[in-house]
Amino acid sequence: MDIKNIYHIAQRAMGAQLVRLNATASNLANADNIASSPQDAYKPVKPIFETKYFDLIRKRGISTVDAVTVQKMDIDPIKEFKPGHPMADQDGFIYRAPVNIEEEYVDMLEASRQYQNNVEVISTVRALMLKTASMGK
Amino acid sequence: MVDNIKQQLNVLSNALRVRNQKQEILASNIANAATPNYKARDVEFEVELARSLNVGPLKTSNKSHIAVTSKNLPGKVQFRQSVNPSVDGNTVELAVEQMEFAENAVRYQTTLDFINSKVRGLMGAIRGE
Repeated sequence: MDIKNIYHIAQRAMGAQLVRLNATASNLANADNIASSPQDAYKPVKPIFETKYFDLIRKRGISTVDAVTVQKMDIDPIKEFKPGHPMADQDGFIYRAPVNIEEEYVDMLEASRQYQNNVEVISTVRALMLKTASMGK
Repeated sequence: MVDNIKQQLNVLSNALRVRNQKQEILASNIANAATPNYKARDVEFEVELARSLNVGPLKTSNKSHIAVTSKNLPGKVQFRQSVNPSVDGNTVELAVEQMEFAENAVRYQTTLDFINSKVRGLMGAIRGE
């Protein structure tokens, strides 16, 4: 979709932040997941943000952001020795999802802050546009 | 006569247009506040306004003179010098952008108020009040 005006800029930026919030929510929900093999263990996901420019030559400086992909982070699961655990493998190890809860919290706060900023942009622009539309009355 | 009225609003309408352009760029900066390697941009209002009015640093006293800045040239979008550069190569500082955006919105509003009072004055003159 083309970026036509300021609403598109904020709209897509908010969309990207929502993807980020979704990723954070998935990571937090799976924070204590246990698997019986390193392959099956949950890996935290992170969205990749990319700037989308209004024009190819980037002359006008107008751009928005897109969450192009959501990637799995390349971290090894936490190996724990729990021989009696029902999910343990034959050597007695379980594999915990390597989710850093503090990091996810910070990410969540930042995403919501960015989202709010874009909402603020929209409400300011909307008020100004309404005033412009009633110009000279 | 109509041309005269148009001339009355020339500077203000151009100012409004430049403010709008600046606002779009600032909104882009805010949208990209979390994008790695994004460089914040901005335009200088005074320069852009002078350009849109075809006024340059050189005086044009004759019609065939050409001002150094011309409105036919593309706008000069510049990169912002960040106060505290961040590690991920992003130069957007939210506090700066928010402040700039708020200032720009107020100035847009003020320009709008100027236009309104100008229109009111012209209407008064036309009606002969």
